[in-house]
Amino acid sequence: MNLTLYVWRQKNADDKGRMEKYEARDINHHMSFLEMLDVVNEGLIQQGTEPIAFDHDCREGICGTCSLMINGRAHGPEMATTVCQLHMRHFKDGDTIYIEPWRARAFPVLKDLVVDRSAFDRIMQAGGFVSINAGGAPDANALPIAKKDADTAMDAAACIGCGACVASCKNASAMLFVAAKVSQFASLPQGHAERKQRVEKMVAQMDREGFGNCTNYYECEAACPKEISVKFIAMMNREYLMATVTR
Amino acid sequence: MKLDAKVPSGPLADKWDKHRFEMKLVNPANKRKFSAIVVGSGLAGAAGAASLAELGYNVSCFCYQDSPRRAHSIAAQGGINASKNYQNDGDSTWRLFYDTVKGGDFRSREANVYRLAQVANNIIDQCVAQGVPFAREYGGLLANRSFGGAQVSRTFYARGQTGQQLLLGAYSSLSRQIGQGQVKMYPRTEMLDLVVVDGRARGIVVRDMVTGKISSHAADAVVLATGGYGNVFYLATYAKGCNGTAAYRSYKKGAAFANPCFTQIHPTCIPVSGEYQSKLTLMSESLRNDGRIWVPKNRDDNRAAGDIPENERDYYLERKYPSFGNLAPRDISSRSAKEVVDDGRGVGETGVGVYLDFADAIKRLGKDVIEERYGNLFQMYERITGEDPYTVPMRIYPASHYTMGGLWVDYNLESTIPGLFVAGEANFSDHGANRLGASALMQGLADGYFVVPYTLGDHFVRAGVSDVTTDHPEFKKVEQEVQERMKKLLSINGKRSPDTFHRALGKIMWEYCGMGRNEAGLKKALQEIPALREEFWQDLKVMGTNEELNQQLELAGRVADFLEIGEVMCYDALTRAESCGAHFREEFQTEEGEALRNDKDFCYVSAWEYQGDGKEPALHKEPLVFENVELSTRSYK
Repeated sequence: MNLTLYVWRQKNADDKGRMEKYEARDINHHMSFLEMLDVVNEGLIQQGTEPIAFDHDCREGICGTCSLMINGRAHGPEMATTVCQLHMRHFKDGDTIYIEPWRARAFPVLKDLVVDRSAFDRIMQAGGFVSINAGGAPDANALPIAKKDADTAMDAAACIGCGACVASCKNASAMLFVAAKVSQFASLPQGHAERKQRVEKMVAQMDREGFGNCTNYYECEAACPKEISVKFIAMMNREYLMATVTR
Repeated sequence: MKLDAKVPSGPLADKWDKHRFEMKLVNPANKRKFSAIVVGSGLAGAAGAASLAELGYNVSCFCYQDSPRRAHSIAAQGGINASKNYQNDGDSTWRLFYDTVKGGDFRSREANVYRLAQVANNIIDQCVAQGVPFAREYGGLLANRSFGGAQVSRTFYARGQTGQQLLLGAYSSLSRQIGQGQVKMYPRTEMLDLVVVDGRARGIVVRDMVTGKISSHAADAVVLATGGYGNVFYLATYAKGCNGTAAYRSYKKGAAFANPCFTQIHPTCIPVSGEYQSKLTLMSESLRNDGRIWVPKNRDDNRAAGDIPENERDYYLERKYPSFGNLAPRDISSRSAKEVVDDGRGVGETGVGVYLDFADAIKRLGKDVIEERYGNLFQMYERITGEDPYTVPMRIYPASHYTMGGLWVDYNLESTIPGLFVAGEANFSDHGANRLGASALMQGLADGYFVVPYTLGDHFVRAGVSDVTTDHPEFKKVEQEVQERMKKLLSINGKRSPDTFHRALGKIMWEYCGMGRNEAGLKKALQEIPALREEFWQDLKVMGTNEELNQQLELAGRVADFLEIGEVMCYDALTRAESCGAHFREEFQTEEGEALRNDKDFCYVSAWEYQGDGKEPALHKEPLVFENVELSTRSYK
């Protein structure tokens, strides 16, 4: 199939940036979206045009590196799918596709489709952990955890930190990302000792990074490739309230 | 070059305890005087950096990804082994040790493997304490599953995302240390060379992948946790960015490269669909617990899987290995798949694939149970192939997945360059000629949490605080060399992109140094690789400049090194005139087509020493002495 692409090109963080038009020829429907971009890039190199820079790594939907807005939707049209797992069979011959980077003040563009998501790391550094040093942990079965709680923790822990929640939110809110980590630890006994400080510190850092607030549109849940539920945002709000009123 | 494994004396079970007692300790108040560089932030790197920082050392950690959370350990699906014996099925440290040595076809170092089996239980405890959400039974205790190469259920798992959860656990510990200022993290930074002064590793030279700035970093020790070199095959289950540069540059500075030809081909990956393919995706080996592998009995049988009656199917693993069946080890399963495909009985459009069928398991257990066990894997399969594995069998085929070979290390995980330590997949030490499933996560975390933190301390005391800073002329010299290398890659101005060379190399490697190898093929590869390399340096095209985010330049540098790594692999495969584990030399097989090991001549670790560009490296041998297990023919029948 043949496609027309409009791709965001931006030389570096200081460049203003613009959409450029490219033709993608002879695309096989078994290709992944990123393989389609590989083919386009190979063609650009042959023409003497600088290839399009985009972030990607594992190409199996788990590392959270790939990050494209496709026709205005984070990770494209398929539910529960990262861009690297999106295949061209979901497009038709003659389609026009708009490809942009994540858009959020806290995620500045570095080049073309590549953005800086280190704000997420700084939120984790503020409190996204259980303070335990290597060595001296009790036997793993010394602390039984109800299957239901372990499953809830795993549902939350499935977050891959890609930032689609932020990119798809009108307010560029990081609530779903932060809530997933807060909820994982709040569901498990290991996380209880630091429960209050954790949610307060992570939320404070989230605010410092310039992410917006949640106004309950649930775009984040719809865009999340791992289907993290917005119920965790409610859980985080409860945790936060409890932490602040019982300080 | 002298290879001293420094294995402690005494009974196997007491070696690590004895060694820990004998190693020198750094007084808590003195720890802040020492610094370590950790390259890589996967399981071994993140666990090592966090644990060293927890002890009070100053740590700098580098990764090429935009965040340490994205290292490729994250993609491991199935699980992590430990001999907790929670299932009461007869597991023990000794059994885990024995299974690992046997699985590795008796080409690993006993003492290292035993230590791995010993600390495995601590890893599970540590991860649970970090809040890793392992699968649990209704009673609240941890669940286990079985895995290839073992007859006990010793694998702990977190749905099909065990690697992700373990890595996020290590990342959380690392994040805590970064937040406290004990670790300085450098994401999007690639190590391009090692700096050795007076025979000791003193630091590294790196490139900032956003600005292109080349800079130096000095420390009292350098830990490489940079993963394997399996992307030499181009099509592999590795992440696109995984590369062998850090390890290979260190090899060129004097670190021996051990068993380079021991590369694992994983049996259950989604087959190639076309020329444009950029990577292969693994389907967890845990699927073999419930899936049955088969091909049609007759050649060129083009019927749909469902139309082929039971008596015209060949469940070849169950037929050939009745006691392990579909759970036969990886090397054996991979080779058997190649055999039936070579025999013209492969399935799918390309004929290069075999079926992994869940129909019986769904009939026996119900779709719900299968969905709970493997739901995310089935979903992933469907997304990639457009086929529903609940109704038609999966198609699978082997792909490059892991490298057992790596930089040579002694018992302390120190390479042949003093002060350069190597952890995780980047070293060679624990898996011999074949790694068992769920053992990579175990080894990465064992090295990171429980080995390197001790052995680095001992090194610090023995070597003392390094007085070499980045002002030393050697740092300036290496920086200059790296600058010039970048300039050279950018100035060739030929016609071909780095990717086309990488694909061409991958084809050579897969053909001649893949699942089956022989003398004539390897000799051919040793002619084709240098020719391709020459073409690379004459016809490469890299656009843009060094002083910007330049993904083509990054790739070109890595491909340049792969073009040399492939050659070392072929030398090793050619020299090792026996079949063992994943290394199958076609000339050496039994009448039934099984690997024919030669313990008399090849019971050693091959360690290759760099001799200069274009020159054949020198082979050194570390004899493998088995005091505790009897060398036997591996049988899974």
